[in-house]
Amino acid sequence: MTSVKVYGPGCKRCETTVDVVRDAAAKLGLEVEVEKVTDPKSIAMAGVMSTPGIAIDGTLVHAGGLPDKTKLEGWLSA
Amino acid sequence: MSTDFTHPSHPSRPDWLWHLGVVAALALWWMLYHQLAPLAEWITGLLPVERHSHTGEAIAFFLYDVPKVMMLLTLIVFVMGVVRSFFSPEKTRALLSGKREGVGNIFSAGLGILTPFCSCSAVPLFIGFVSAGVPLGVTFSFLIAAPMVNEVALVLLFGLVGWQVAATYLAFGLLIAIIAGFVIGKLHLEGWLQDWVRDIHSGASAPTQIEGDGMTMIERYRAGIEAVREIFGKVWLWILLGIAMGALIHGYVPEDFMVKIMGAEAWWSVPAAVLMGIPMYTNAAGVIPIVEALLGKGAALGTVLAFMMSVIALSLPEMIILKQVLTYRLIAVFIGIVGSGILAVGFLFNLIF
Repeated sequence: MTSVKVYGPGCKRCETTVDVVRDAAAKLGLEVEVEKVTDPKSIAMAGVMSTPGIAIDGTLVHAGGLPDKTKLEGWLSA
Repeated sequence: MSTDFTHPSHPSRPDWLWHLGVVAALALWWMLYHQLAPLAEWITGLLPVERHSHTGEAIAFFLYDVPKVMMLLTLIVFVMGVVRSFFSPEKTRALLSGKREGVGNIFSAGLGILTPFCSCSAVPLFIGFVSAGVPLGVTFSFLIAAPMVNEVALVLLFGLVGWQVAATYLAFGLLIAIIAGFVIGKLHLEGWLQDWVRDIHSGASAPTQIEGDGMTMIERYRAGIEAVREIFGKVWLWILLGIAMGALIHGYVPEDFMVKIMGAEAWWSVPAAVLMGIPMYTNAAGVIPIVEALLGKGAALGTVLAFMMSVIALSLPEMIILKQVLTYRLIAVFIGIVGSGILAVGFLFNLIF
């Protein structure tokens, strides 16, 4: 089980990012648990300065804007 | 627009094809841009309306202005998208964290233009800066400049009102950001942050991160194209509506309609414009067509610029977002200082022009 955290205050792009992560995981046949983190304090503590940010199993892999699909699949399968 | 902390390579077309494509697109842009006026005239000529009637004037204006503004916007947003891919909030923070006030404020306002910024990440960005030791005043310079001085505002001012006004807006927008940030820094208001922000400030160390330096030129082009797609999705309707309104007003509202209310003679018009701007929340694209229409009808330049800066830089919804990290006292100081700066610009302009 891969745990994915999506950091963002709840703007539209953050919602889309969650969907994109789920789609990518489904495509790879991976079981993921996606958690949305909307509390500004937790976002800041995770070191995310531009949202949405993505952490996979505790490692921050992306911050700011929608992630590239190819790259996302790369991170998920790594 | 984004920072990725790993750098897998893109399966992509050969690089030279991309470079060639970008150069060809720029050349095409240049040729087309210089044909816009004759093209608009030619199309208007084909329509069954008298060229010099009200309707004819309005149509010719609309047919020329819409493609002109759209083309300028495409070019500048693309270029800025590519330029911004070299900057990231993380890198900007690293550049600013060692800076003292004064020089730091100037740097910070300048970087506010170049660093990708969206108001929904204002809070994490603010905390990220302050916790990494960027002085409070320097952080404010950034937060004022980033939304106020942006490429959409500048392109629209340039395309619809003229380069002099655009340049003036750029210069004074930066100046307000620098001075307001400097003053806030001098007041030493760190104690007026929300408690939990102060704790991060003194306790937690700033996370160190890998920067997005691994981007290839092709990925930067893609970032530029992505920026164009995103900005257009947000603003195209505003621009169309605004220019359409402008086209109508050009013919039908009396020339000196606004002079009495918003002319340079009425001193109270500047503070009124600033106050009116605070509860209004729109992006630059929404406010500039109004600006153009007001100017065309005799409103004074200073009053109109003050209105525009107030709408963009002092918006109520943004204050509500900032409430998470700032106390009311600090927000009040922020509004007071930035508001005074905007007032000064308004009065100064009405005096000079």
